Amino acid sequence: MDILCVCGNGIGTSVLLKANVEQVASQLDMDVNVSTADIGTAPGTAVTQDLVLTSAQLAPELEGVSTPVRVVHNFMDLNEIQQVLEDAE
Amino acid sequence: MTTEMQQYLPDEAFDLDVEAADWREAIRLSGDRLVAAGFTTEAYTQAMIETVEKMGPYIVIAPGLALAHSRPSEAVLNTGLSWVRLSTPVEFGNKDNDPVSLVIGLAGRNEEEHVHVMSAIAGALSSAEKRKKLEEAPTAAAIRTILEA
Repeated sequence: MDILCVCGNGIGTSVLLKANVEQVASQLDMDVNVSTADIGTAPGTAVTQDLVLTSAQLAPELEGVSTPVRVVHNFMDLNEIQQVLEDAE
Repeated sequence: MTTEMQQYLPDEAFDLDVEAADWREAIRLSGDRLVAAGFTTEAYTQAMIETVEKMGPYIVIAPGLALAHSRPSEAVLNTGLSWVRLSTPVEFGNKDNDPVSLVIGLAGRNEEEHVHVMSAIAGALSSAEKRKKLEEAPTAAAIRTILEA
């Protein structure tokens, strides 16, 4: 599964989220390819992805993207990330 | 020998158990530490505040934790982080994750350089046990040790 983590600038929170998504995926034995993007380029990049993850504040800016967008409220909660990944499978 | 963690989080980058009147001051403190560590110029501190003004408090990514940052720019001299632990938590306006007691400042020259140290931080902060240890650690060195474990 190709997953895109989106944040405002593409270098901070999305990088932390990517690290935790990769950790959860490896625990679940899921095959994922995680990339990051800033909110400006995300709508274009999202087209080739299976799932987009972002925060509650930024999700409204991704409205209209055809790829499923899921909100992660706590980027450090591995259980929440696991739930999101399992729902997306 | 300087470890990677010392390079990205040197002693000058820490401000432990300080007071901030509001979220702007909390970000300013984290920016001051980035400047003191030689990672940024003061323009970057203002850019971090403007990121929240423009895009909202999305940088509060977990309960009690804000990742203050802006884009790579001329104001970023070197990639690095700062660590500001507040003695009194402040509100950022993020209903999921307020109030904030730890502000991590991030200055990145690009998207890649800091990935390894960010993974270490993500690994530590996603563990409730390590998070508690980080809240109680008395010194910069003690915090680095927890992050490296």
